[in-house]
Amino acid sequence: MELTNPAPPQPTPLPPPFTHASPPPTLLTQGAEALLYRTHFLSPSHPCALKHRPAKPYRHPILDKRLTKHRILSEARTLVKCRREGVSVPGVLALDAEGSGNGSGGWMMMEWVEGRTVREVVVEKGKSGEGLEGLMGKIGRAVGRMHEVGVVHGDLTTSNMMLRPWSASVQNGTRVMNGDGDGEEARTVGEILEGEIVLIDFGLAVQSLQDEDKAVDLYVLERAFGSTHPEAEEGFQEVLRVYGESYKGAKVVLKRLEDVRMRGRKRSMLG
Amino acid sequence: MASLQTLSLAHLPPDLAVHIALYTDLQNAPFLRDQLLQGNPDFEYALIDASVIISTTHVLAAVFRAANDYLNGRLKSRNVHSEIVFSLGANNNIAQSLRTFGIGPTSTTLLAIKLATTPAITPSTVSAHLASSVKGTAVAFSDATLATTADVGKIRKVYKLGGVGGGGGDPKGKRRRKDGSEEGSGGGGGGGGGVGTAGLDGEGERRELEVAILGLMALRGAV
Ligand SMILES: Nc1ncnc2c1ncn2[C@@H]1O[C@H](COP(=O)(O)OP(=O)(O)OP(=O)(O)O)[C@@H](O)[C@H]1O
Ligand SMILES: [Mg+2]
Repeated sequence: MELTNPAPPQPTPLPPPFTHASPPPTLLTQGAEALLYRTHFLSPSHPCALKHRPAKPYRHPILDKRLTKHRILSEARTLVKCRREGVSVPGVLALDAEGSGNGSGGWMMMEWVEGRTVREVVVEKGKSGEGLEGLMGKIGRAVGRMHEVGVVHGDLTTSNMMLRPWSASVQNGTRVMNGDGDGEEARTVGEILEGEIVLIDFGLAVQSLQDEDKAVDLYVLERAFGSTHPEAEEGFQEVLRVYGESYKGAKVVLKRLEDVRMRGRKRSMLG
Repeated sequence: MASLQTLSLAHLPPDLAVHIALYTDLQNAPFLRDQLLQGNPDFEYALIDASVIISTTHVLAAVFRAANDYLNGRLKSRNVHSEIVFSLGANNNIAQSLRTFGIGPTSTTLLAIKLATTPAITPSTVSAHLASSVKGTAVAFSDATLATTADVGKIRKVYKLGGVGGGGGDPKGKRRRKDGSEEGSGGGGGGGGGVGTAGLDGEGERRELEVAILGLMALRGAV
């Protein structure tokens, strides 16, 4: 029977109005909830990221629409709040939380962030884990700024933060590239680590001023570092050190982090 | 006449052209407003007071949203042109957005926009009609011109964006500037002036304001 050899999964179609964009959007990642494309906003000279949350065929359509709408608006709301309060995140350009019906889901367009994820940067930096203190400090400061304004990320990993090189950023997300941006002269080790941390992926973020929520945010990041970048684990101390200095109340959160760790350890001991 | 610009927005069907004209020294705002209030079908335009528009991207984002809602058959207001004005707003209150962004009896600048929803709407029909109806000085629709017609203080007030981008004297703005300095331990800061929100110049301030406005328009008050 044919069933043993199922057809490859169909690629998720783009939602309207992006079906006839030229050049067509390029798919970057396909996560469990969302597809991330690079495309342009109102003209081809204005690059942007498009996050498409397709309908989930296995959910009841009414419930699914409601969940998708909620997710898109919630992420957009947090991005707008962060940006207004000076936390470095991509700005929201446009969204359609309802989509065009017939199962297309919903979408959000946001500013394009040049550079790479911190994960890629740390991996490229290699085994040594040396010279990462500056980067670690920037991460601690960025997370601290976000917590200071009352936002808890909910999914703090090194894939959800980007390092935007100075040369590409200048005015907050606007493209002022030196040269055409691709394959320039070889970067030195120092240059790889230069730039500004931009936090992304606020799909699970909530607004909270609770020490517990913030401490869990840090704990998630600490665990993510430990598992994806064991070589950088020691450097994580620097994230916490700078975090602790970054806003009033940060020290209390660090204290709380110790409790969260303890509970995490107990839980894993119980199996 | 010379000033009418016709453009197509990315992602929208190319035949849904956007015709735009910008005027300063507007002489007949009360007449134009009356045509809208009376629902005169010849005046199916988005007629916007240009003082509340910060940039081409700002107003075109509203056109994009209205056109997308039009194509999806879910306009909230009377037609796609009133929907453009509604889409400039940061909440769901249609009447309020029309009052805030639409032409008023005392407007002295005007942004007139017409979407080519039928093939009969062409650059020549639109510019002829505008030339015979609008008493004002036609100027280029560009960021440079909008920078001279925009009332940034009023825009900040309309969108409740007192502190964004450093202007406006909001205490939050001050705190941001203080925090904007770079942690020096890494690569020596990398020669990046103007990064984050530290040391914004006028252009950076405008851009920061623009991105905040686009976000508020996209949310339309959703909580
Ligand atoms: N604004 C942006 N500019 C440039 N690249 C981006 C941007 N947003 C996301 N990316 C890239 O796309 C990847 C996936 O984006 P994101 O983390 O938002 O989606 P996701 O992980 O699929 O979402 P979720 O975790 O909700 O399923 C990021 O790791 C990053 O590499
Ligand atoms: Mg992610």
